Amino acid sequence: MLPLSGERLDAKGIVSDKLNSIDILRGSSTVKRGFAHMLKNGVVMDVTTVEQAQIAEEAGAVSVMVLDKLPSEVRKAGGVARTASIRIIEEIMDSVTIPVMAKCRIGHVNEALVLQETNVDMIDESEVLTPADELRHIWKWDFTAPVVNGARSLAEALRRIEEGASMIRTKGEPGTGNVAEAIKHIKKVNDELRTIKSIYDSGDNQELVRMAREFKVSYDIVEQTAKLGRLPVVNFAAGGIATPADAAYLMSLGCDGIFVGSGIFHSDDAKERARAIVLATTFWNESDKVKEAQKMIDERQSMIGLDVNTLELRMQDRGGSA
Amino acid sequence: MSLTVGVLSIQGDVQENILSAKSAIDELGLDGNVVDVRTPEEISQLDGLIIPGGESTTIGQLSLVNGSLKVLKEKIQSGMPVLGICAGMIMLSNTANDKIVGKTDQPLLDILDIKLERNSFGRQKQSFESDISMDSINISKFNGVFIRAPSVSDVGSDVEVLSKFNERIVAVKKGNVIATAFHPELTKDTALHKYFINLVNTSKN
Repeated sequence: MLPLSGERLDAKGIVSDKLNSIDILRGSSTVKRGFAHMLKNGVVMDVTTVEQAQIAEEAGAVSVMVLDKLPSEVRKAGGVARTASIRIIEEIMDSVTIPVMAKCRIGHVNEALVLQETNVDMIDESEVLTPADELRHIWKWDFTAPVVNGARSLAEALRRIEEGASMIRTKGEPGTGNVAEAIKHIKKVNDELRTIKSIYDSGDNQELVRMAREFKVSYDIVEQTAKLGRLPVVNFAAGGIATPADAAYLMSLGCDGIFVGSGIFHSDDAKERARAIVLATTFWNESDKVKEAQKMIDERQSMIGLDVNTLELRMQDRGGSA
Repeated sequence: MSLTVGVLSIQGDVQENILSAKSAIDELGLDGNVVDVRTPEEISQLDGLIIPGGESTTIGQLSLVNGSLKVLKEKIQSGMPVLGICAGMIMLSNTANDKIVGKTDQPLLDILDIKLERNSFGRQKQSFESDISMDSINISKFNGVFIRAPSVSDVGSDVEVLSKFNERIVAVKKGNVIATAFHPELTKDTALHKYFINLVNTSKN
């Protein structure tokens, strides 16, 4: 069964309805978080066209994420990055059987409402786009569609879950082809989970409430998370993943699955690379299979990576203090 | 004799099914263990198998790659009890049509003669929970969690209908094979997992 820590039973996104006089409930925490559970051990791929979405589906992706531009192109183009064209999202929804996600700007409630109305399967409130509100994220409990958020630490993850996020992913540093930041973020979340679990196990409520205040979240969600010893929602890795070995390493660190952004369709061997990253994610603990997957790609075709220390734009900092 | 129950660990909510199946074994007071399985060797040693929820296209393609699809089919045909949930139901079917895209060209186990429609209730926003019943196996009230769920419009003569929701078939049984469109592993209720474990126990002993 699902852990449902922090759920709000009075949320506006929960809709009681009737289907031919049968009572049904839409948008409950079980239904929204449950969707993310079905993606586990899978790869979600960023796409910008119908053709890329079909390549992703054939490669074995569990879902596609529709963007106007891949994160690396957003980086180059500069200016304001907004949600993708609705017409393209709808074309992609009509051409693949796997779930379709799309990104909205941090804090942009109406961009998210437009995506919910479009009927995308999950909304990503994403730092890859230009934030609309640096101080306030969307109150996601108002949404019947599930929302995923990025996080660099346990505190950020719990703040997003308290706002109603049904899934968490690491932020990493998008559009760089550099996996270092994603690794840093998942290790930090894991360390902090171990810390609060040991505090909980030792019965030190005084320290647990201090942690809650430091994290800027309620005591209840810290206590419930500490008791579980993991995030109460599915947690994927994202940001800078470019090779099968990158994916396998993040799976070995306890991530539930992988988001790949520019790494696939900004390389010159997209089809093989998409397949190879799926294989490495599925069989991450069988080293011979990860090697076979890595052999399917050519390093000379990989996107050129960026050093995260000299970036002009650090997307991961967006909305991070809120 | 101790039971060995596997959960197919290619993609999807494997851990949730392991927990439900373990609880079911404990509540029944049986001796057994539940393991995640992926390779043909691991599958060949099982007394029963759960194919979990997930994306059926992904599970199908990847179980074809490592040779487990073939072994699965042989084991099921030789009588091993199987519980297929959502994507697992699609995997057990003989043809899959998507509500929007139409006929899909995805690897299937071709065990159940059923007319199945993928994403039958709509996209995620239309996903829901509601009470259902499976009276013929003595489960009168069950919380059905439907997530981008498939449904069945018709079944072959050898397939028994276990549950209907709004005139659509959402659970079926053929011998030792059970398939559901909804997710019992996302609820606290272990009734269906217990029914399945009993099937595994009877089939083994």
